[in-house]
Amino acid sequence: MKKEMLNGAEALVKCLESHGVEYIFGHPGGAALPIFDALVDSPIKFILTRHEQGATHMADGYARSTGKVGVALVTSGPGATNTVTGLLTSHMDSVPIIVLSGQVISPMLGKNAFQEADITGITMSTVKHNYLVKDPNDIPRVIKESFLLANTKRPGPILIDLPKDVTSAPCEASLDAEVDLPGYNAEPLRPDKAGIAKMAELLAHAERPLILAGHGILISRAGEEIISLAEKLQAPVTNTLLGKGSFPETHPLSLGMLGMHGTAYANKALVRCDLIFSIGSRWDDRINGDNSRFCINAKKLHIDIDPSEINKIVKPDAYVIGDARTVLKELLPLIKSSDTKAWVKEVQGYKKKYPLDSKKKGGLKARNVIHQCYEIVKGQAIVTTDVGQHQMWAAQYFLTDKPHTWLSSGGSGTMGYGFPAAIGAQFGNPHERVIAIVGDGGFQMTLAELATVAIHKLPVKILIIDNKYLGMVRQWQELFFDDRLMGVDLEGNPDFIQLAKAYGIKGFRVRNNASVKKVLTEAMNYNEGPCLIHAEVMKEANVFPMIPAGQYADKMILKKPLTKMEKPTGST
Amino acid sequence: MNQTKPNKEIYTISVLTTNKPGVLVRISLIFASRTYNIHSLVVSPVLDGRFSRMTIVAEGHPENLDQVIKHLNKLVDIIDTHQPKKSDSIEVELALFKLKYNPEKHPSLLQIIQHFKGKLLDLTDDSIVIQVSGKSSKIDACEKMLQPYDLIEVVRTGKVLMSRKTQNLTALSS
Ligand SMILES: Cc1cc2nc3c(=O)[nH]c(=O)nc-3n(C[C@H](O)[C@H](O)[C@H](O)COP(=O)(O)OP(=O)(O)OC[C@H]3O[C@@H](n4cnc5c(N)ncnc54)[C@H](O)[C@@H]3O)c2cc1C
Ligand SMILES: Cc1ncc(C[n+]2csc(CCOP(=O)(O)OP(=O)(O)O)c2C)c(N)n1
Ligand SMILES: [Mg+2]
Repeated sequence: MKKEMLNGAEALVKCLESHGVEYIFGHPGGAALPIFDALVDSPIKFILTRHEQGATHMADGYARSTGKVGVALVTSGPGATNTVTGLLTSHMDSVPIIVLSGQVISPMLGKNAFQEADITGITMSTVKHNYLVKDPNDIPRVIKESFLLANTKRPGPILIDLPKDVTSAPCEASLDAEVDLPGYNAEPLRPDKAGIAKMAELLAHAERPLILAGHGILISRAGEEIISLAEKLQAPVTNTLLGKGSFPETHPLSLGMLGMHGTAYANKALVRCDLIFSIGSRWDDRINGDNSRFCINAKKLHIDIDPSEINKIVKPDAYVIGDARTVLKELLPLIKSSDTKAWVKEVQGYKKKYPLDSKKKGGLKARNVIHQCYEIVKGQAIVTTDVGQHQMWAAQYFLTDKPHTWLSSGGSGTMGYGFPAAIGAQFGNPHERVIAIVGDGGFQMTLAELATVAIHKLPVKILIIDNKYLGMVRQWQELFFDDRLMGVDLEGNPDFIQLAKAYGIKGFRVRNNASVKKVLTEAMNYNEGPCLIHAEVMKEANVFPMIPAGQYADKMILKKPLTKMEKPTGST
Repeated sequence: MNQTKPNKEIYTISVLTTNKPGVLVRISLIFASRTYNIHSLVVSPVLDGRFSRMTIVAEGHPENLDQVIKHLNKLVDIIDTHQPKKSDSIEVELALFKLKYNPEKHPSLLQIIQHFKGKLLDLTDDSIVIQVSGKSSKIDACEKMLQPYDLIEVVRTGKVLMSRKTQNLTALSS
């Protein structure tokens, strides 16, 4: 029997299958109908979200927690524009996702057709690459290229815009198409030997080395190599927000997160080190607020896979462009064990002298709720966060030991990310405990996905840190704008437990220190389906330590100063 | 944050890219987002039109140049980006000048045209069109000389460049 020819949409779906896609997160519409039709006969599971932004964050959470490419599917026009925030989020944090958007039929392109949006134009600066497919025979090649682009070199999001006539027309091309990317070399680079030798030499002469562990270590799966390096050098390790999990935060050499809201001891070590070695971190301005003063007396070493990150912010004394794991493997044999005892002792001293505040006196504090949660699950969970104060407390108090178990929007700081990302992570890791730590503000940006989590009975634990404020902004207004509050009051929040109930979701309430442990223990072990924990915390707590934006780490403050603070010079 | 920015400079950048719709937008976004202003841009097809060679002249701060070049190279469609060295490249630009025809000034105008090895392309009773080609600096000089002659319109192609070295594009054609 002669096989019937596939149409573009069917070819697309077959290609997605052959790339191992298990889930597609999305929302339908007219221009995407042929693709939805093709999905009817596919083993790929389509997860209907309540908003396209949610679909992109789910794809992102799936990708960050599994290392595989996450896929979202939306319709044209508003469906496509609703993915822009998700694309930016993935782009800023180098996360491999593919967004497929339906588009109006090609003869109508550029004519303000119903639900037309020039989505390739709109997203050009928020993707690694994008396509407007004009010929059904290009589909297999475009899909193959997209998977390659998304998850090689520096990963990133890809958008593929698919006009409806293209997905409806026959596709005669072989599904096993050849990649045609003369401008993109996915082959791993041979690391520069001279650069590696120079690094080894500088490391041998360092008395106070500090390793800065970034997200790139997780992407390159260099977990073992980084531990070997730190132990061989006996160098303390600090990590970025996105580098949580790259080096176990319970390791004796770990200082936890550095930067604007990093630990005091990490920031003290930053000021004192005589060598800083960034591996897969891009020296973000939340770490390096004032480049003119940043570690001026320290040697700077940098490993990054992206040449454009070298010399962008920091001029390194030695650098190697390449995959962190590959480079470290070549560097490790050249490392001589060095005597850093005095330095390690000094840093341990900072840890004792400036610990994170864990006083429990007074009302219910967000950070205590988060810390309790960490202790109850013994750190065994995939944690996603939203953006704001709770995110910083989670970074400080929920230590991360294992790679790919900390999912947070760093570069774009997207409120609304945490909850859908947890859904994506739970789909990708059905046997792991997934906790979404979210603020009362950010949660309300994407809470429509309560329907999605409920329908699929996913055991996601939603921990809402309800301070009835857009807390992080309120903190800035308090500290830098004379406490003149504007636009931050969330009094009048819904009763989140009632809300959960409306979706058939189990709710827990935490109101005081006495009940925290008991309620959280119950919630963390509730696996019948999703549950929501409404933690009503003290309204006006601030996140410390804090380095005001635009300042160097030596300007860190540990509590609210008595005198008025100057407005920060950094952008955010 | 009161660092004074160094003065802007003008750079010539040569780009080899695949010839696909949208490439130009991607390229110009990189210049624009790093506050570079494109002065001229010449595109021509290479190898049966599957690739394009662009010569871009742009003005911006020297400190951003490295980022502009690196980000151009990061574009999936771009195969090569470099700054051609003056010493090993040939540079030509072509310009057309339209002037008001003035019989009194005509003889001295002819002298200027001759000096710049220009060509008279069109002559009517009220206008005259001249073509001049050569290095951009030569055209600048010519333009300046023509100012007193009731210059009506100037059209310049922008700089085109070719390296003196033999470049191997055959690897791409396979
Ligand atoms: C409210 C808020 C507060 C924040 N406060 C802080 C803070 O106090 N401290 C802090 O650290 N961050 C903070 N952030 C996050 C910050 O904005 C950045 O997102 C974060 O610092 C970036 O971390 P990164 O450089 O490790 O990761 P990314 O931005 O993801 O960069 C990863 C780097 O690794 C490279 N790379 C990728 N793959 C590889 C590979 N295979 N091999 C080698 N290199 C590779 C990439 O090219 C890139 O340069 C905050 C964010 C928010 C929203
Ligand atoms: C989409 C979006 N809009 C605005 C902001 C700016 N912003 C950063 S933190 C924050 C407050 C977050 O409030 P909430 O979710 O309640 O968390 P909290 O800080 O109170 O823990 C805001 C408005 C943002 N990061 N993202
Ligand atoms: Mg809040």
